[in-house]
Amino acid sequence: KEEEESKEEDICSQQNGTSKRKNYQRENKDGKKAGGGSRQRDKKAPTKDQKESENKEKKTSKNGKEGENKEGTDRKNSTSSDSSGEESLSEEELAMLMEQVEQKKKLISTMRNKPWRMVKKLSVLREAQAFVEKFEGALGKGKGKKLYAYKMMMAKKWVKFKRDFDNFKTQCIPWEMKIKEVESHFGSSVASYFIFLRWMYGVNLVLFSLIFGLVIIPEVLMGMPYGSMPRKTVPRAEQATAMDFSVLWDFEGYIKYSALFYGYYNNQRTIGWLKYRLPMAYFMVGISVFGYSLMVVIRSMARNANESTADGDDHNFIFSWKMFTSWDYLIGNPETADNKFASITTSFKESIVDEQESNKDENIHLRRFLRVLANLLIICCLCGSGYLIYFVVKRSQTFSKMQNVGWYERNEVEIVMSLLGMFCPPLFETIAALENYHPRIGLKWQLGRIFALFLGNLYTFLLALMDDVNEKLAEEDVVKNITHWTLLGHHNSSLRNGSAATPPPLDPADVPRGPCWETTVGIEFVRLTVSDILVTYITILVGDFIRACFVRFVNYCWCWDLEAGFPSYAEFDISGNVLGLVFNQGMIWMGSFYAPGLVGINVLRLLTSMYFQCWAVMSSNVPHARVFKASKSNNFYMGLLLLILFLSLLPVAYTIMSLPPSFDCGPFSGKKRMYEVIQETIELDFPLFVAKIFSYVANPGLIIPAILLMVLAIYYLNAVAEAYQRANTELKKKMQMQREEEKNKRNNKASTNPVLQDMEDLLTPSPKRETHPKQAEDKNMEPPGRTSPGGKQGKPAALDGSPRTGGRGAALSPPPPQRFVTQPPMLGVRAPYPGQLRPWRQPLGTVPGRGRGQPWY
Amino acid sequence: QDCTFFTRKEILRLHGRYYEMAPNVVPMDYTRDPDVKLPMQLIINMPELKENPFKERIVLSFSEDGEGSLSFNDFVDMFSVLSEMAPRELKAIYAFKIYDFNTDNFICKSDLEQTLNKLTREELTEEEITLVCEKVIEEADMDGDGKLGFADFENMISKAPDFLSTFHIRI
Repeated sequence: KEEEESKEEDICSQQNGTSKRKNYQRENKDGKKAGGGSRQRDKKAPTKDQKESENKEKKTSKNGKEGENKEGTDRKNSTSSDSSGEESLSEEELAMLMEQVEQKKKLISTMRNKPWRMVKKLSVLREAQAFVEKFEGALGKGKGKKLYAYKMMMAKKWVKFKRDFDNFKTQCIPWEMKIKEVESHFGSSVASYFIFLRWMYGVNLVLFSLIFGLVIIPEVLMGMPYGSMPRKTVPRAEQATAMDFSVLWDFEGYIKYSALFYGYYNNQRTIGWLKYRLPMAYFMVGISVFGYSLMVVIRSMARNANESTADGDDHNFIFSWKMFTSWDYLIGNPETADNKFASITTSFKESIVDEQESNKDENIHLRRFLRVLANLLIICCLCGSGYLIYFVVKRSQTFSKMQNVGWYERNEVEIVMSLLGMFCPPLFETIAALENYHPRIGLKWQLGRIFALFLGNLYTFLLALMDDVNEKLAEEDVVKNITHWTLLGHHNSSLRNGSAATPPPLDPADVPRGPCWETTVGIEFVRLTVSDILVTYITILVGDFIRACFVRFVNYCWCWDLEAGFPSYAEFDISGNVLGLVFNQGMIWMGSFYAPGLVGINVLRLLTSMYFQCWAVMSSNVPHARVFKASKSNNFYMGLLLLILFLSLLPVAYTIMSLPPSFDCGPFSGKKRMYEVIQETIELDFPLFVAKIFSYVANPGLIIPAILLMVLAIYYLNAVAEAYQRANTELKKKMQMQREEEKNKRNNKASTNPVLQDMEDLLTPSPKRETHPKQAEDKNMEPPGRTSPGGKQGKPAALDGSPRTGGRGAALSPPPPQRFVTQPPMLGVRAPYPGQLRPWRQPLGTVPGRGRGQPWY
Repeated sequence: QDCTFFTRKEILRLHGRYYEMAPNVVPMDYTRDPDVKLPMQLIINMPELKENPFKERIVLSFSEDGEGSLSFNDFVDMFSVLSEMAPRELKAIYAFKIYDFNTDNFICKSDLEQTLNKLTREELTEEEITLVCEKVIEEADMDGDGKLGFADFENMISKAPDFLSTFHIRI
């Protein structure tokens, strides 16, 4: 080592001899740098993250290293300032420098991925940053390099901006802390519900802004005011009670004749000074609500699927995975931890039993029988509930025709549906206990069954509603005539009075009007939603909170242990809550066409339920007995959502395409079908050829081939996907075989793995590091276990990378030949003696060629 | 920020937590006197770690002196690795260190047994434990040396679906 040092001194003196002026300059620079090195660092620190960089100033590990680093950097400085001080700054050198700077930058950006000690990370990082800064400056000083410097500066600013923006973005995610809190207490399965809820809230917010911005606000601002026409006025007969709370609560009275419902909208083609085409907008928004929802659901499903395919279902590592990944590091609650311990133990036991008796199936017949029985029972339940709802809806129609019916009769449908929704899931759960499935599979079955129940209920409700609508349609024809005759009679009477020019207008409240089935449907949905909200909240309040209070406080004076015994605390019911959310969303989708205000109600509901349920969970629920992960069932939720979206699309599409809209209310009144608004717009507002094109496109002769084409495309894509899947399984098989082969080979490839070497570096006993920081640093920089001369000493030569060229650096890529291309002019000047050329060239050559730490990536 | 996966705010919060544990030892100001370490006893009583069966191992793996004391740098490092943003490879390295109880760079049978006992609170019988350990080694051991090297471990863990979701701590 000493020898090398002295040799270098020699070289320096040699240089002195060759060019005094230059050397003087250089020394000047060196002196400045040596003094300014640490200052520069300190100056830089506050600009960066303060706390972090301030604590970087670790004295113990620094004292030695500082000098060393300085030496290292100084050396670089000297060489580079030499070269940059040279008049002829060749292009190659510049390129090399730039490359080096880039490398440093890359190092900085990948720093966080390195498994190094923090101290080392910090020092390497600081060095790299200082280097980059300096050489950017050096590069910038050259002629015509202003642009480059500017670019660099902008890039830096951009990085900073991006970082700030990221910080800002993470702060903007709502309820992150709340969900984290829930997650740490109840595990990821419960948190997944809240994440789903948050996602739902986002989607609904978009739908809400769509509907409010494009339909409701234009109508309120520019449409005809309330009371100006029959559809916007409360009828005379209802006016006395229109403001009563009980009436408003049923969404009758003033609410019924407000912009929240379909019937309020006028069929005027354009409104206001903007010539806003409201009916068109109404139709398009109705469509785009579905379009947007479909898009979002499918996109997030695809993303989930992408993520989930990354971890294939490999059954090779059951026990290893259980061993190393079953503990959820998030758990911070003693109860959850107890449960987790228990569930891990049971799952281990289960797998052991499975392993031992994988072929033993003595009770298979009994189990099959029980499963069939359970399914039968559940189907009976479903049919029963469906029939019950149908019956109730039918009855409510007769009730609605009668006068002065009680509160119960009016709300019977909602009550029955809510009760079914409340009592059927526990019943199913009881029945499902017969089947003895794994809880995750059990949860899926449970979800599926409750989903079927809800869906059955919903569709029975819809069918009954459809009956209602048909009745109303028939009624409408009658009313239409009456209205016609009334208006005619009014005209006639005013004519007879003699004032022919201006008949006194009939008060809009007096005009007889049709039943307006769209508004009825809308009201039905809104009522259902509201009662659903109330039932949910009351269930939470009574079933969770009151129960928890009771168990908690009565336990002191009770004859058995309430907390461990019968009532105990409630668990958070994931399946019920998720399905409630999905089902509710389905109603929103269906109803939003007839009641634009429904989405607003839903947004409020989701907002409150986020806070309310978070509070309820944290205050009165206990974690599940079997904590299981929900990472995979997330796509299951999405699948349910997609299904219900599709199912809720059907009735709306049916009404749009094949039912005539009411004649005297809504934006489409007067048309035969709702979709005619598009044809009208195309005919009236677009040039003729567009209409022509449209009529061609709408031709069945074109549509049928298009559908055929789509079917073919689907078929083709399906085939391709299948082929890929086959290839995938093939690959898997190959990998399996390879694995077996490897097992047989028993080769040891540890020495070639750089990651492993980092690891070993970490694992080396560290007290040494403190006593000899230099040595530790060296060991860090170098592949451990390698015995190269100068590897263990804290010599700057080692830092300069010269041993690297002999070691791994050489293995990764041989020293680039361009070194020889770039160096000759300098060599010729400074090292006239070939004997001294070798040791001098090496450090110089390696520094610009490959930066420190370069072989690490 | 370049060294960790945290934002500035999060680092400050971490420092708050670190400071909270021993207000009289940890200085608020890190410009002057940075050589402060907290003993393991304090760290493992953090609510985030308290219930973790591997808390001692975690702290030991991240402590620089190998005795479980953490400087603030190590502390930040620990939560950075255990954060959500850390890549799988990095997590795998530290997970390996955590499960390697006797720090011989291999996970051998005794390590597995200790892991298992910690996971199940020693509720399994002897035979069950040996069976499970054998199964694990049989499954994951590629080179057939009867213990898991890092390559084996990484190969196994890189396919585990739940590893990323479970091997992180939120703070």
